[in-house]
Amino acid sequence: MFSFCVDPASLDDLAWMACYLTTGKHMAIYTSVFTVLLLLAITAPTALAFGFLGASSARSHFAPLSWFGKAYIAVVRGVPDIAFFLFFVIALDQLFEWIRHEVKCPDWTDSIWQGNDFVVCDIAKLPLGNSPQWVHETYGFMLAVLTFAIVFGAFAANVLYGAMRAVPHNQLETAESYGMTRRQVFWRILVPQMWVFALPGLSNLWMVLIKATPLLFLLGVEDIVYWARELGGAKTARFTDYPHGDWRMWYFLALLVFYLLFTRISEIVLDKVMRKLTHGQATLAGDAQRKAA
Amino acid sequence: MSCWETVADYGLRSIGIGERLLPREGYTLCQQFTLIGSGMIWNIYFGVLALCSGFFLATAVALGKASKNPVLRKASAWFIFLFRGSPLFIQFFFAYFLFLSLKPISPIFDPFTSAWLGALIVLFLNTAAYSGEIFYGALQSVPRGDIEAADAYGMSGWSRFKRVTWPTMLRLAWPAYTNEAIFLFHATTLVYFSGFPAWQQRGDALYYASFFADKTFNPFIPYPILAFYFILLTLCIISLFGLINRRLNRHLPQEARTKMKLKLNIIR
Amino acid sequence: MKFILLGTAALVITASVAFAGSHSVVRMGTEGAYPPYNFINDSGEVDGFERELGDELCARAELTCEWVTNEWDSIIPNLVSGNYDTIIAGMSITDERDEVIDFTQNYTQPDPSTYLALDGTDVDFDGGVIAAQANTIQAAFIAASGATLVEFATPDETIAAVRSGEADAVLADDAYLRPIAEENADLVVLDKQELIGGGVGMGVRESDTELKDKFNAAIQSMKDDGTLNALLAKWEIGPGF
Repeated sequence: MFSFCVDPASLDDLAWMACYLTTGKHMAIYTSVFTVLLLLAITAPTALAFGFLGASSARSHFAPLSWFGKAYIAVVRGVPDIAFFLFFVIALDQLFEWIRHEVKCPDWTDSIWQGNDFVVCDIAKLPLGNSPQWVHETYGFMLAVLTFAIVFGAFAANVLYGAMRAVPHNQLETAESYGMTRRQVFWRILVPQMWVFALPGLSNLWMVLIKATPLLFLLGVEDIVYWARELGGAKTARFTDYPHGDWRMWYFLALLVFYLLFTRISEIVLDKVMRKLTHGQATLAGDAQRKAA
Repeated sequence: MSCWETVADYGLRSIGIGERLLPREGYTLCQQFTLIGSGMIWNIYFGVLALCSGFFLATAVALGKASKNPVLRKASAWFIFLFRGSPLFIQFFFAYFLFLSLKPISPIFDPFTSAWLGALIVLFLNTAAYSGEIFYGALQSVPRGDIEAADAYGMSGWSRFKRVTWPTMLRLAWPAYTNEAIFLFHATTLVYFSGFPAWQQRGDALYYASFFADKTFNPFIPYPILAFYFILLTLCIISLFGLINRRLNRHLPQEARTKMKLKLNIIR
Repeated sequence: MKFILLGTAALVITASVAFAGSHSVVRMGTEGAYPPYNFINDSGEVDGFERELGDELCARAELTCEWVTNEWDSIIPNLVSGNYDTIIAGMSITDERDEVIDFTQNYTQPDPSTYLALDGTDVDFDGGVIAAQANTIQAAFIAASGATLVEFATPDETIAAVRSGEADAVLADDAYLRPIAEENADLVVLDKQELIGGGVGMGVRESDTELKDKFNAAIQSMKDDGTLNALLAKWEIGPGF
């Protein structure tokens, strides 16, 4: 990066460090911080959407839909996320390619399983075999987001399901007696009120989500923990200009600070949101706010 | 070889009883079910012990965070923040590192670098922090009337805590605590995956699942088997905790009981 | 599935030939964590013996190649699922693997595995504690021997275990251990060797015979004109052909 970095072995400590921390490989770990943040930013609303769908179908009066919602919540919550991540991405990728294969190549006669190989026709490949690297990356990233969203959607569904049941029943009955349809009650009475009940659970989930990011490398996204391991491991002078011993300790220390800070900031923001939401609500916290004012 | 023989040979392999070598051919469904099931012994061991011991520390930490003594309060708050704010991955790493550096000091520390003790300590502290926060939240929402009633009966100090505050706190915290228990059992899969080395191929369920995934190059069989075991385990936890919940709430009238449950789902 | 951008421009080796058929771009899957075979260099790109070899093979076979890295544990499932087209990651040719994927002819001689230990320790190979990376042929070898096996997730940790005294020695590929012993005065490579791996070859899907033939021909031509031996000598990987 810097002009004086030509011969790192001759540099004094400070300059050496400056060069070391700006190698192309270190740029990768800095980028991965943004990758992780971006992934969290996309995953959170997606998971919430999955959770909302899951919770409302679990509440549905149409039995199969309700079973489906409940099964989704129970099964996905029951499995450790790590076990899910280890096989789910490949499965998801194959599912998409198979669907595209059925649509785009209807007259393909061979089986898509040739021995151990999963072979679809070329135009069904996702992404197409000759597309540039960034398309492959984006696709991998999207798969990771989807997998995360499916897993954490189940937890969110559980929280929202509880929150929907926590909205006082008399309110729903009152609305019905005013002649609202079931749909109107759901959208106008239930949904606006459930958030205050759901927020503590959802913010807890957000914390869990942050701390699940070290598992991202299982999904093919190189996250900060992956790079910290890679960069921190002992390096011999034959393969790098910056040989050093086992420095994982320091990299992990930096990660610890990063995660603690991130958690703290999240806590502060979520507290603020909670205070906003409870304002004017018929709950204990809402009462307390009124009294204080 | 029949499946029963496989079960006899490998059923307790994870704790070192049975065949010394892992299977080297076949990798049948029976072998996979048996060995992954055998690994579950460790998941249950870590989960149950950490949960039981963590329960007490969690109560202490919750009381500490709610106490008037600023030293106790700060210490408890920092303990909770440190363990809730960092990924388990990193906690395992630092714990292993710490135990390794303690080792030369005295042979007393030798067992700490093994998973059965070292990882257990980390999980114990971790779950104590998470449950401590749950209990603290519940402690804050114990109705003031309950405490006043206890005062009116002339209870104070320890007996008031034991008979009134603590049971109410537990009742309020229980649904969230159930979730924490589920998370803890799931977290036990990280022990051999990232934190501690596996000795003589004795590992947990995930260790054997990845062994088979590596041997058969097919992740679609061992990991769903692992998932199946964990769904069973989760169902057991939920029903066991449900029973305790019923007992905790047995004095409440039927209607209040269900109502209680609904409301409490939301407290973390 | 690991699709990482590793400095795009440097990655794509443009063969001037417009290539028709199924492989307009051949995606080369590697691990990027096993020097000298493959590793990520200071500028964040795949480097090492296999990078140079792969680039040369692609040029000779007139293919456009692109490098991607993937976790070792899922490197074969991702190949058969079609996320890249070859594995070029220091993978020894074994019967188990050969049942699932196809290999090209080997491009290294079988690399012996050696033990690395603290200088001056007397390692007991039948009763001592030997470290190995989990899910490697070395781990399976120790498990079958009399020694106590202790497995770590990464090769780095196995070395750290020897340093801290958790294990008496570590068993791994000679080419991996030797540079470490050379740089660290306190570590030595022991004389005892184990011949457990076969030679290293490129992995391709069984249904992809066309690609396999192309790479086979390219490897053969590199063997014939001596360029492969020169590469092996440059990266100090075992004897030549």
